[in-house]
Amino acid sequence: MDPIINLIVFACLGVASLVLSVLAVSSKSLLRAATYLLLVLICTAGFYLFLNYHFLAAVQISVYAGGVVVLFIFAIFLTSNKGDVMQKHQAQKYILGALAALGGIAVTAFVLLKHRFVYSGNHPMEGDQEINMKVIGEALMGTEKYQYLLPFEVVSLLLLACIIGGILIARKR
Amino acid sequence: MFFIGIYGFITRKNMIAILISLELVLNAVEINFAVFNRYLFPGQFEGMFFTLFGIAITAAETAVALAIIINAYRAIGNIDIKNLSKMKH
Repeated sequence: MDPIINLIVFACLGVASLVLSVLAVSSKSLLRAATYLLLVLICTAGFYLFLNYHFLAAVQISVYAGGVVVLFIFAIFLTSNKGDVMQKHQAQKYILGALAALGGIAVTAFVLLKHRFVYSGNHPMEGDQEINMKVIGEALMGTEKYQYLLPFEVVSLLLLACIIGGILIARKR
Repeated sequence: MFFIGIYGFITRKNMIAILISLELVLNAVEINFAVFNRYLFPGQFEGMFFTLFGIAITAAETAVALAIIINAYRAIGNIDIKNLSKMKH
């Protein structure tokens, strides 16, 4: 692809995700915050597509945008009373949060600008190569080095435990 | 530089919709894994698989947290942090 167009698309995605995430944490209504979160997650899927991780983008959209956000919206509807407004903290809390965020940004920016990456000598990106599905499947199902059968099974066990735990916690007494 | 925008994500925190901002933070970390994997080690996929497992774990965590929130709502009637000081009911 044309590098200029690439750059423009990347800048749009970056600006959109930053603005939308600021809106997501600062908006008054909880439902609106969940919608902004959905848009941020879709922007993230765009980033993954940008990096040629197509499988990751598909997983991101189906799991986050399909599952997590729907769960959020369900929970918001189940737990919101009619016409209640979100409670506010004192201004001190906001100042503290902003200070922590700005400090974190300053530290990471300083480190990024001051140091060179050790491995940046690695050839950066060659063309539009994408990882094909066969490689991913074999890496998820193998037991050798750089293969991930054990974490895969552990995640499946975790999901089972989470389903059972969720039902147990949320059922009616 | 290139990654600062993405780092800006991570460090922002919020006190109200805690779970939503937690979701944002985890998402930013996953972007970082994928980006560093792509730009520093283009031949390997470890960051990508880490991101994959991270997404799965985030989904599990969100489900459990929302179940707890619904339960707390049922117990005390609203979901502000301030009112949730006692665990037993």
